[in-house]
Amino acid sequence: MSTATADAVMDYDEAMGKFDPVMGLEVHVELHTATKMFCGCPTEFGAEPNSQVCPVCLGLPGALPVVNEKAVESAIRIGLALNCEIAQWCRFARKNYFYPDMPKNFQTSQYDEPIAYEGYLDVELEDGSTYRVEIERAHMEEDTGKSLHIGGATGRIHGADHSLVDYNRAGIPLIEIVTKPMVGAGERAPEVAKAYVSALRDLLRALDVSDVKMEQGSMRCDANVSLRPRVGEPTSAEQLAVPLGTRTETKNVNSLRSVERAVRYEISRHAAILDGGGSILQETRHWHEDTGITTSGRVKSDAEDYRYFPEPDLVPVAPTRETVEALRATLPEPPGLRRKRLQSDWGYSDLEMRDVVNAGAVELIEETVAAGASAAAAKKWWLGEPSRRANAEGQDIVTYAAGLGLTPAHIAELDGLVVSGRLNDSMARQVLDGVLAGEGTPTAVADARGLELVQDDGALEAAVDKVIAANPDVAAKIRDGKVAAAGALIGQVMKEMKGQADAGKARELILAKLQ
Amino acid sequence: MTDLPTDLTRATAADLAGALASKTISSVEVTQAYLDRIAAVDGQVHSYLHVDTDGALAQARAVDERRAAGESLGALAGVPIAVKDVMTTKGLPTTCGSKILEGWIPPYDATVVTKLREAGLPILGKTNMDEFAMGSSTEHSAYGPSRNPWDLDRIPGGSGGGSSSVLASFQAPLATGTDTGGSIRQPAAVTATVGTKPTYGGVSRYGLVALASSLDQAGPCGRTVLDTALLHAVMGGHDPMDSTSIDAPVPPVVEAARAADVRGMRIGVVKELGGEGYQPGVRARFDESVALLEELGAEVVEVSCPNFDYALAAYYLILPSEASSNLAKFDAMRYGLRVLPEGVDDPSAEQVMAATRDAGFGPEVKRRIILGTYALSSGYYDAYYGSAQKVRALIAQDFAAAYGRVDVLVSPTAPTTAFKLGDKLEDPMAMYLNDIATIPANLAGVPGMSIPSGLADEDGLPAGIQILAPATKDERLYSVGAALEAALVDRWGGPILDRAPELGGAAAAKGA
Repeated sequence: MSTATADAVMDYDEAMGKFDPVMGLEVHVELHTATKMFCGCPTEFGAEPNSQVCPVCLGLPGALPVVNEKAVESAIRIGLALNCEIAQWCRFARKNYFYPDMPKNFQTSQYDEPIAYEGYLDVELEDGSTYRVEIERAHMEEDTGKSLHIGGATGRIHGADHSLVDYNRAGIPLIEIVTKPMVGAGERAPEVAKAYVSALRDLLRALDVSDVKMEQGSMRCDANVSLRPRVGEPTSAEQLAVPLGTRTETKNVNSLRSVERAVRYEISRHAAILDGGGSILQETRHWHEDTGITTSGRVKSDAEDYRYFPEPDLVPVAPTRETVEALRATLPEPPGLRRKRLQSDWGYSDLEMRDVVNAGAVELIEETVAAGASAAAAKKWWLGEPSRRANAEGQDIVTYAAGLGLTPAHIAELDGLVVSGRLNDSMARQVLDGVLAGEGTPTAVADARGLELVQDDGALEAAVDKVIAANPDVAAKIRDGKVAAAGALIGQVMKEMKGQADAGKARELILAKLQ
Repeated sequence: MTDLPTDLTRATAADLAGALASKTISSVEVTQAYLDRIAAVDGQVHSYLHVDTDGALAQARAVDERRAAGESLGALAGVPIAVKDVMTTKGLPTTCGSKILEGWIPPYDATVVTKLREAGLPILGKTNMDEFAMGSSTEHSAYGPSRNPWDLDRIPGGSGGGSSSVLASFQAPLATGTDTGGSIRQPAAVTATVGTKPTYGGVSRYGLVALASSLDQAGPCGRTVLDTALLHAVMGGHDPMDSTSIDAPVPPVVEAARAADVRGMRIGVVKELGGEGYQPGVRARFDESVALLEELGAEVVEVSCPNFDYALAAYYLILPSEASSNLAKFDAMRYGLRVLPEGVDDPSAEQVMAATRDAGFGPEVKRRIILGTYALSSGYYDAYYGSAQKVRALIAQDFAAAYGRVDVLVSPTAPTTAFKLGDKLEDPMAMYLNDIATIPANLAGVPGMSIPSGLADEDGLPAGIQILAPATKDERLYSVGAALEAALVDRWGGPILDRAPELGGAAAAKGA
C-alpha cells in the first residue's frame, strides 16, 4: 500500500561492498493461441467481462479439460529456443488453493514433470559482454480469472467494498519460465535481470507465441532476490561457495525498467536489514511503480501447501522425437545471431548497434529499412526525438510509437522527402514533430505546414546578392580566403528564404560569387 | 415377440423397445405408465430427487412423432429412463444428493445425457444418491435415504441406491449409474437388478460431477442383462470432451448378451474375494452360480490376486485425495448454496466459502475431504498418496496375471445382503467394507458387472455375483451374465426380481 512507510535502504554501492546478490526470475507468458488451454473459448484481450467463458473454464460441476495441442507446441518451441531438454512424457498437476478468481480452486499446472527443463539463454549486456542465464524449467499452466476490487483507496482487496471477477482470462494458456539462481552478476545484477527479461521478450516475439505486452499482462515477471556476505569477486570460487541467503519474491514487476529498479531496491533493502543485524523474512512483496518501493505481501509460511498431485482428468503429454524435431525446424534465427547479421547488413559500429539494441529499436529499424530508408537515416530518426520522448514517458520505443501511430513506413517516407530534396534536415524535424503530434503522414504534415525547399535558383540567387550587398565586410573576408565566414552569410540567406532553402546550395552560390 | 404384460412397468426395456418399434404402443403410453407408478410408490421408496413429468412426456411425444414420420430411430427410442443426479442435465436440477448444489440448474448436458436425448429416451427424473456418491447406502444423501423395495427398512445400496431402487420398484425400466468403488454394482446386488461398470474411459465422464476422476465410471443399470447391454451401447463411445475417453467403438455388448454363450470360456474364482466376512447365504448363491457356469460349458479355476487385500486401504487414500480437490470448486462464488457466516459484519470471500462449505457438506463428505487433504499434504504425500499409487499398480499387475490364465473373474458382488438403515451409519469402516469386492476393478480400470445370484437362505434377500473382464473386453461380462441369468431364471422359475414383495399404495408408506 502506498500509505505504508518506506523501509530503510542502504546506498547501493555500499551494499555491493558488503553483499553479493543472487536472483531468480520467474516469467509468466500468456500464449496467443486462438483458444484457451483446456477449452474452446477465445482468448482475445479486452472483451466484455465474462463473455469468453464456458462450463470448462468456469469450472462448472462435471466439466472436464482437454489440452490445447497448439499450446503444447508453443511450449515445446519455447523450450527448444531456450536450449532446454524436452520431456518425452510428462503430466499436468493440480495446484490446490482457494481463491475466488480461480474457478476450480485448483490451478492446472505442471509440478515435478515440466515439459521443458535444463536450458540456458545467453544475454548480451550493455557493454557487449554476455551473461548466461541458466533455465531451470519451462512449464505449462492455465491463467486465473482477474479480480477487480471496488472501493477502498488502493485497488487491493483490503479495504475494498466488494470485488468483481472476470473469468475471460481464466484458462488462457501460460508458460512459466523459471531460472536457476543467477549468481556472479555482482553489482550488475539489476542490469542482468533487465537484460534477461528483455532478451526473453525478444525471443518470444521472434517465436510468435505471445503478444509479450508487459503493460497488458501478457508477460509478467516475479523477481526473487537474496543477499549473501561478500567475500571476494562475484565470480570467484570462494564467493560462489557462500550459502544463499533468505529470498523475497517481488510480484507485479511489469516493465523492463521496473525489473531493474525492483531488483536494485530489494538489494538495498535487504542490505540495510542484514547490515543492521536483522534477518530477511521469506515473503512475497508488491512492487509499486509510482513510488519505486516494495511492500510486504503475504508471508510464505509452512501453512502454504499446494498439495500438488497429478491431474487425473488429463492424459500425459508425450511428444514423439519426430514431433520435437519438426518443431525445432520451425525455430526462428536466434535474436543474438540475428543482431550480428543485421549489424553487418546495416554497417553499424558495435557502439551504434548497442545503442539501437538498448533503445529496443532493432525491429523498428529493420522494418524502416525494408520500407526503403537507409540504415543510417532509420537509426538517426528513431533514436532521435521518438526515443527521447519515449524515455521521458518511461515507455519503450515500440510501445510509445505504437501508441502514437508512428510507423516505420512514416520514417521511411520522411527519409524519402529528405533524399528527394523536398525537405532539409531542420524541416524534416518539424515534419516529424507534426507526425508525433498526430497531424498525419509526413507528406501530409509537410503540405499542411507549407514546408518545401525552394527549388527556384533565381529567388535564392537574389537573396544571396542581397545579403552580400548588405554585408560588405564579411564578403571581403571571404574574398580574402576566410571561407569559414560564409556561415554567417548562409544564416542570413536562410532567414531571407524563411528557412525553405537548401543551405548547401546557398553556400555554393556565395562562394562562387566571392571567389 | 413376447406379449407385453398388462402393466407396462413390468415389461423389460427390450420388449418395450420392440413394441414401440412395431408401434404396438406409444412412448407417451409407456412414459405415462411409469409416471403413474412413480406417483403411486415413490412416496415409500424415495428413489427420485426430482421427477420431470412434463419434460418426460414432451420427449415421449417428440419420439412418437418422429416415429410416425418414418424416421429411423435408435434401439431404445421411446423407452423412458431415470438419470442419477450426479449427471448434469440442462434445465433440470442436479444436486448430487448435496445441499451445496440445492437449486442449481446446469446450463449444459453431460455427454451421457446428450446421448440419451439423441437416442430418444425420455428422462423421467433424477435419482437419489449418497452425497457426491460417497457411500454404500444412500443414507448420506442430504435429501434422505432411498429404501430397498425388498424391505423398506433396508438400504438399496449406494451410492446409486436411487437408480437400483427405481428399477427394483418398477419406477423406470432403465437407469444410469456411476461407479467409483462399486456404486453401480453393489446397489444392483442388494436389489436383484443388473448393473455394469464399463472399462474406465468406455463411457464419457464429461458432465459427471466428479468424485474421484481416476476411478469414476458411468454405466448402465437395468433389470435384465440384455436391457443393460442395450443401454450400455447407447451410453458408450468416444467423447472428445473427455481426454480419458477411449477412442474406439463400444465393445459388442448387445451381441454378446443375445448370444449368452460361455462354452469354452475360462472363468477364474478370485480366492481373496470370498470366505471370511462373506455372509453364508451370499456364498452359497455364489457357489451355485459358479457350478451353473461350469454346467453351461465354462472351465472354472481358482485364481489368486494377493494384492487385492490392500485395495481398500489404497482406495481410501486415492479417492479422498482426488475428491478433496474435485470438491474444492463448491465455494459459493459462482453457483449453488451461499451461506453467510453468523455474527460477522462484511464477511470476506474466504469466510463465506468456509461458512457455505460447513453448512452445505454432510459429515461423510467432510470426513473424506479432510482425509484427502491430509493425504496430499507435503510430508505425507509419499507415504499416503504415493504408496497408494504403488498398490494400485500392483493390483493392475494381479489382474494382468489373472487374465493371462482366464477370460473373466468372478466373486460375490458384496459381502452381505442389504443391511438395515442406520446399521452402519456410525461405523464408516463397516460401511466401507461393503465395497471390498468391487473396488479392485476401479483401481485397475477394468470392467465389472453385477447380476442377481438368488436369495440368501437366512434372510430371503437378494445376493449378487460380480463378473470382471479385462479392459475393453466388456462384451465378456454380457456373455457370462446373460448365460448365467438364463440358467438362474430356469432354476428359480422366473426372474428373481419377480419375488420382491408388492409395494402397498402410497397411503401405506412406511415411515417415509
